[in-house]
Amino acid sequence: MRRYSAFAIAREALRYHTGWERAWPSPAPKAKYDVIIVGAGGHGLATAYYLAKNHGITNIAVIEKGWLGGGNTGRNTTIIRSNYLQDESAAIYEKARSLYEDLSQDLNYNIMFSPRGVMMLAQTEHEKRGYLRTVHANRAQGVTTEFIGPEEIKRRLPIINIDGPRYPVLGALWQARGGTARHDAVAWGYARKCAAMGIDIIQQTEVTGVDVANGKVTGVQTTKGAIGCNKLAIVVAGNSSVLAEMAGFRLPIESLALQALVSEPIKPCMDVVVMANTVHGYMSQSDKGEMVIGGGTDGFNNYTQRGSFHHIEETVRALIETFPMISRLKMLRQWGGIVDMTGDRSPIIGKTPVDGIFVNCGWGTGGFKAIPGSGWAMAATVAKGEPDALAAPFSLDRFKEGRFIDESVAAGVAH
Amino acid sequence: MLVLKCPNCGVIAEETEFAAGGEAHLKRFASDSGDDEFTDYMFRRKNPKGVHFERWRHAYGCGKWFHAARCTATLQVFGTYSAQTSEPPAEIIATIKQHRPDWKGSK
Repeated sequence: MRRYSAFAIAREALRYHTGWERAWPSPAPKAKYDVIIVGAGGHGLATAYYLAKNHGITNIAVIEKGWLGGGNTGRNTTIIRSNYLQDESAAIYEKARSLYEDLSQDLNYNIMFSPRGVMMLAQTEHEKRGYLRTVHANRAQGVTTEFIGPEEIKRRLPIINIDGPRYPVLGALWQARGGTARHDAVAWGYARKCAAMGIDIIQQTEVTGVDVANGKVTGVQTTKGAIGCNKLAIVVAGNSSVLAEMAGFRLPIESLALQALVSEPIKPCMDVVVMANTVHGYMSQSDKGEMVIGGGTDGFNNYTQRGSFHHIEETVRALIETFPMISRLKMLRQWGGIVDMTGDRSPIIGKTPVDGIFVNCGWGTGGFKAIPGSGWAMAATVAKGEPDALAAPFSLDRFKEGRFIDESVAAGVAH
Repeated sequence: MLVLKCPNCGVIAEETEFAAGGEAHLKRFASDSGDDEFTDYMFRRKNPKGVHFERWRHAYGCGKWFHAARCTATLQVFGTYSAQTSEPPAEIIATIKQHRPDWKGSK
């Protein structure tokens, strides 16, 4: 793999850009791998990368039914933050956020991490009290956040209307080192580095069955034939229940559609990320100038990657009160992703009832921010065969044992 | 936009009038049952990509619960039926089999 650098751009400029290589090859699958990872989204690719980098395991295949990064990794609103209430969540999300800080250097791929600050608006008294509590929790966890008042919000974000009347802005939970990154680049950067380390990324190949003998995984059936493995990592977000069914167990997960949309590009008008959880509206401005808007999930199980229009309408209607200037914006694109929701709105990382099969799922509506930390913890878990310290609280057993990591109550809504 | 018919009051309406209530026909277990059974009842879900039996409530209508058979991969609705049953009625099963000959059943 030839390094990307300013020098490389200059070199290619002198020879009409004829020297750029493919970022990753398309290998045919081998008969057997040490580890097969199903799902070449951010979490799957990050798992592969940290297995190679931290644990020296490179005989890995990452199998993807579509194209890499084409699922939720390419469908989210790219928000990165770690201001969670529960200690276990703060630990893994802060690990992820700190890895994002120098991920571009680590991968030699510009993921455009932009720590522009994340502002979570408190628009009810209940929410305000909740965020004051979160600030105290974050202080104890070593995560830097603060609660800022309406004047400070208005100073940082002049386009906001803090007066209401329906949704007055009472304050905000502010994380200065939160922000956004280029979501596709995260997938592409991991993929390129994985390929350079000898990992096979096999796209357009759907897993159709999981082979289990004597309670232990032996491989998978795919649309390109059978592939053997010693360990299998299922990292397929909204399709986790389908893969689990193939392997013969059931997950505490339901798949729902979550939508987002972008406006036509306009001149820079907001340089922070805003989350308004009361109204299920999330907004930031991309480097291209588009307003990127995320909404809430639909209520019913859905695998179609498209959601109900009335949710878009509700989100936009509420955001227009808080940001009156967006009322005349045209929306360019709208799309949906299938998110894997757990009962406590926290992920599942760890072992399964089948020996050798590991899952990393349940990230629900907030997985993008966690990609590096999730991959880091999952890789350690798969390599050792036992839960890593970051991953251990998120084991599948927690539902049976009543050890919930309850972020649904903490956020009041999906987050 | 999903369109459902409430079998309780007979109204045909868009999904905004209804509230989704998750998987139907769960076998209930109380707190004195085994951990596995209780976890099954409380948390583990089939969450199929395909035919799904689910609970709905006519929230902005008669307010009553009912069941629906629906495909989560295409959003096709096969039918709705009374919630006063522990398994899907025969005519719903017949409709599903007519549209999904490969369907393996609800177990």
